[in-house]
Amino acid sequence: MELICPAGTPSSLRTAVDAGADAVYCGFRNETNARNFPGLNFSPEELAEGVTYAHRRGAKVLVAINTFPRAGAIGLWHQAVDDAVKAGAAALILCDIGLMAYTAEHYPGTRLHVSVQAAAANVDAIRFYVERFNAKRVVLPRVLSVPEIAAITRGTACEVEVFVFGGLCAMAEGRCSLSSYATGLSPNMNGVCSPASHVAYEEQHGTITSRLGGFTINKFGSGEPAAYPTLCKGRFRTDLSTGYIFEDPVSLDAATLLPGLRDAGVTALKIEGRQRSRAYIENVVRSFREALSALDEGRPIPAGMLRPLSEGQSNTLGAYRKTWR
Amino acid sequence: MKLTLGPVLYNWEPSVWRDFYFRIADEAPVDVVCVGEVVCSKRLPFFQDLVPEVVERLAAAGKEVLLSSQALITLERERRQTASLAREADLLVEANDVTALAHLVGRPHAVGPYVNVYNESTLAWLARNGASRVCLPPELPASSIVALAKACSDVELEVWSFGRVPLAISARCYHARLHKLTKDNCQFVCGKDPDGLPTDTLDGQAFLSVNGVQTLSSTYANLIGSLPDLAAMGVAACRLSPQTCDMIAVASAFRGVANGMLDPAEGQHALDLICAEASFSNGFFSGTAGAHHKAAAAV
Repeated sequence: MELICPAGTPSSLRTAVDAGADAVYCGFRNETNARNFPGLNFSPEELAEGVTYAHRRGAKVLVAINTFPRAGAIGLWHQAVDDAVKAGAAALILCDIGLMAYTAEHYPGTRLHVSVQAAAANVDAIRFYVERFNAKRVVLPRVLSVPEIAAITRGTACEVEVFVFGGLCAMAEGRCSLSSYATGLSPNMNGVCSPASHVAYEEQHGTITSRLGGFTINKFGSGEPAAYPTLCKGRFRTDLSTGYIFEDPVSLDAATLLPGLRDAGVTALKIEGRQRSRAYIENVVRSFREALSALDEGRPIPAGMLRPLSEGQSNTLGAYRKTWR
Repeated sequence: MKLTLGPVLYNWEPSVWRDFYFRIADEAPVDVVCVGEVVCSKRLPFFQDLVPEVVERLAAAGKEVLLSSQALITLERERRQTASLAREADLLVEANDVTALAHLVGRPHAVGPYVNVYNESTLAWLARNGASRVCLPPELPASSIVALAKACSDVELEVWSFGRVPLAISARCYHARLHKLTKDNCQFVCGKDPDGLPTDTLDGQAFLSVNGVQTLSSTYANLIGSLPDLAAMGVAACRLSPQTCDMIAVASAFRGVANGMLDPAEGQHALDLICAEASFSNGFFSGTAGAHHKAAAAV
């Protein structure tokens, strides 16, 4: 299985490649990618340099252009496709039907990967992208169990890539407007979720309240670490109970599932976290490289090897375990 | 301006569901009615047998009937159901996922609000491949709606205009989770909340509404004050999404404003009385946070 690693900056790209990534994925410094955060991402020139660096070490660079182009401003997204192809990207990771059509028409020789933002969760949806736009790989949304993934790989010739580590959307990706409901900025349109520009913390009588767009997302008592107010990982109140009603502040760690994912016919494993530090990238990539080597050599995979790196001190297998639902 | 009644998104008692559509057929001044289970395939068996008589009653009343497909399809059973709906239906099918589109391309069909149509390029592709009407994602601002309407005059564009806004869909059932049940053994607890389960912030502010695997806004979208603007933009239809309030009265208010019989302020006043318990929003349309509400003149 290929190891696909995040690169938020040119130096992270080099770090990921050196730590054993088979491919890194990155995006341009604008709203064409779903990690449109200040201080992150690549200029076309930086991308070209990154591709050269990766190629010299036998790695590939995949470019995520995985937001939905804004009506009346498609040129920005077309430019991103043109620049990525020119820089030598091994594949483009896309979610928008119109942008896939543009890419398939203008660059038929370029590999097209279906982004997780397209939420292609079954073989018919995957077939649509393969037949219409010659997609070569699909990144599956984080809504499927391992047996369901196995059924998908049996039912399609398209390569399958799955997330194994990092942040975890509780909602089907590319189909969530929670962030824009509270802030006006969304993953689909702006490449941001629960953006820092709309976050506020307030301390009163020893309680820290975190807010997003003015809505209280969580409250923390003294000694409790105040987590970032990602909307779907907040605490809310209903008549039935109060708490983490959508998802606990956990992140995905599917390292223990690697044998099952291999047996399920998965082609590539993806690590989330283009916004993460170089030290984090190096640790995670190295750990997964070791885990994959262990898998190839028939050795047991060390459990919990990455726990100290996870965002909320606890991990989940997410939808890979059916009872998550 | 046409009025479309969207599909019932909640788990209503089958008899309530049927009688609701019968009354719509008999009394509601809407042009198009969507029927089908969009949110959770486990609910469908309860009312599936009632669909033919509901469709017949609506058609006899002169309504155009669309069959809506499910929004998130992960199970093999759901995939087969969607394929059969898309391939065998006699009526126009509204695709709410690419899964249904896979079967519908090349034939006339509708595209629902759960398919990501954000720009003129995607809209044009869908139109070339058989989409005759498209209900746009509720997140779209007026500036995008204008650009889409200008670019593609051969598709009837529809805008989410009334009712809680669908914000997210998940593989996880939050109703089951809140009742400490698993999705596979959910006991259909979502049926206890025919308008969604109110989900407030820890400060007690109304925020969201849980409907099984779907999360909606606490506020009701309400574009009645912008109907003249929507018409001027070239929008062909407004979607009214069923809530438990009097949807006949809601449709009549929208019809009144669309016809010019009521001015937008009178329409708004009517809605204030019809759904006195609801808070309204139009922030997505005005390009700000979706939860915001601006009076019509300010939009």
